[in-house]
Amino acid sequence: MTVVVDMPLVRHVARLARIELTEDEVVRYAHQLGRVLEYMEQLGAVDTSNVEPTAHPTLDRNVLRDDAESAGLSTDAALSNAPFRQDDQFRVPKVLNQETA
Amino acid sequence: MNAAAQSPILGLARAIRSGERSAEEVVRERLCRIDAAQARLGAFISFDPDRSLRLARQIDTERAKGGSLGPLAGVPLAVKDNIATPFGATTCGCRMLEKYRSPFAAHVVERLETAGAIIVGKTNLDEFAMGSTTENSAFFPTRNPWDATRVAGGSSGGSVAAVAARLVPGALGSDTGGSVRLPASFCGVVGLKPTYGRVSRYGLVAYGSSLDQIGPVATDVRDVAFLLGAISGHDPRDATSSAEPVPDYLSEIESGVAGLRVGVSQEYLGDGLDRQVRGAVLTAIDVLRGAGAEVVSVSLPNLRHAVACYYLIATAEASSNLARFDGVRYGRRAEGADDLLQLYERSRSLGLGAEVKRRIMLGTFALSSGYHDAYYLKALKVRTLIKSDFDDAFRQVDVIASPVAPTTAFPIGEKVDDPLAMYLGDIYTTSANLAGLCAISVPAGFDDRGLPIGLQLMGPPFGEPRLLAAAFAHQRTTDFHRQAPPETPGD
Repeated sequence: MTVVVDMPLVRHVARLARIELTEDEVVRYAHQLGRVLEYMEQLGAVDTSNVEPTAHPTLDRNVLRDDAESAGLSTDAALSNAPFRQDDQFRVPKVLNQETA
Repeated sequence: MNAAAQSPILGLARAIRSGERSAEEVVRERLCRIDAAQARLGAFISFDPDRSLRLARQIDTERAKGGSLGPLAGVPLAVKDNIATPFGATTCGCRMLEKYRSPFAAHVVERLETAGAIIVGKTNLDEFAMGSTTENSAFFPTRNPWDATRVAGGSSGGSVAAVAARLVPGALGSDTGGSVRLPASFCGVVGLKPTYGRVSRYGLVAYGSSLDQIGPVATDVRDVAFLLGAISGHDPRDATSSAEPVPDYLSEIESGVAGLRVGVSQEYLGDGLDRQVRGAVLTAIDVLRGAGAEVVSVSLPNLRHAVACYYLIATAEASSNLARFDGVRYGRRAEGADDLLQLYERSRSLGLGAEVKRRIMLGTFALSSGYHDAYYLKALKVRTLIKSDFDDAFRQVDVIASPVAPTTAFPIGEKVDDPLAMYLGDIYTTSANLAGLCAISVPAGFDDRGLPIGLQLMGPPFGEPRLLAAAFAHQRTTDFHRQAPPETPGD
């Protein structure tokens, strides 16, 4: 389970997390995350063969409501914190440019 | 003597209801205290005197007309700033949400306001509830009322400091890995993490959805019980909220501990625990024994993995929960992005603090392809083992006693550069969140610097009545909870 937390790994994870890091931050996080993950290594020694995962402390079940219409936020309320509103929409830059397509 | 007359919240509620004190006078007095303490303690992010006094006057008018008043009518309370209020901002202690105004109220806010309580302000926290000291707030740290050079604990440091400094008689915090209990221990007040699902999370900005619970803070176990009753119960808007009936948490609270089996685990009393904290906790266990409890040794062999397990699961959940903070629909948006991806990356980088980024990345890593099974899935399996240790233990005992933290409050700045050292401070609290248990921190003494030490009691899911009875039995025999920090007014 030993992982080497190097700068390429940190950059990869940052990209997955949609976070932009400076080079200094990449170095610092590599070191800090390395130490934390080293501590996590202890879990590798725990015998979990035949153990089911627990994602949730209560009994797993799907809690559904009736498929009936109910009031939600008004459009104005939903848009009330919009950084850039246009009509009844959130305005954003174009989705893709050439390089990220 | 009438117990209800003795705890601060119940006493205030009664005095206002009877007309002995006006809500306006009570709220005005507390607002003065809040204002006077703000520069020194930094407990609040925002507070609204105009709104609070207006609501207080409405209650006085209603009372004068002979109208009916709710059980908390006129009582000033504070709420952690990761809980949505439809007034003021809900910042989560984060630059990105500094100006975010929630269009809806959290379930617990609706419940408190329906009961007549007046939420006078929003309290400081570690950003997005990620931290154990309230040093990670993007705005300022909250200082410990007992020694302003020291941390108040976190992440609910603001709510706890506000109660400890007697600014408000009660407050709500949130607890994902200890964030109500740990500051309560550092500041000498009572803080409860309810059973998972006991209190609706609707309107609590999610950090770790399978771990988070909103919890009450007060200076007296009876007030915590009262607040718990006011906010508990099923809410269809939170699919994880429980339909388990809500008992009257005060009705059995004086039942004492005769015959109660209190479990003590050696895994909780091992290395790394400060000698004076250990002494206070063992003394507290003796107090319970003296009151008639039977102390039983229990074994929790997987407890040593709780911190590792917690920091993989909580951060994985956080990486998903915080993906919504992308600058699109709310929050601070970075300027000059050429495309959507840049918008996300720049807004998040600018708006989120270092600890938040660290945890998002840790969680993203744990869930990512190639690492998911060895980290996240492994942690979920260890969680099963931890939970089953507690299931076994609770077949032999009714509550489990332990320290809350390995130390008392340390100086501000001491651990900020060492995330791992910071995480290890959660060693006694995280297991209750992983297993969905109820757990409470009660004042159990002071160290030789005069800093508070907390006793933790844990109970099985929905075991709050017996837990509160045990906590009250300890309180009734000691007077630590009545001691207030220097420079604070009386209750």
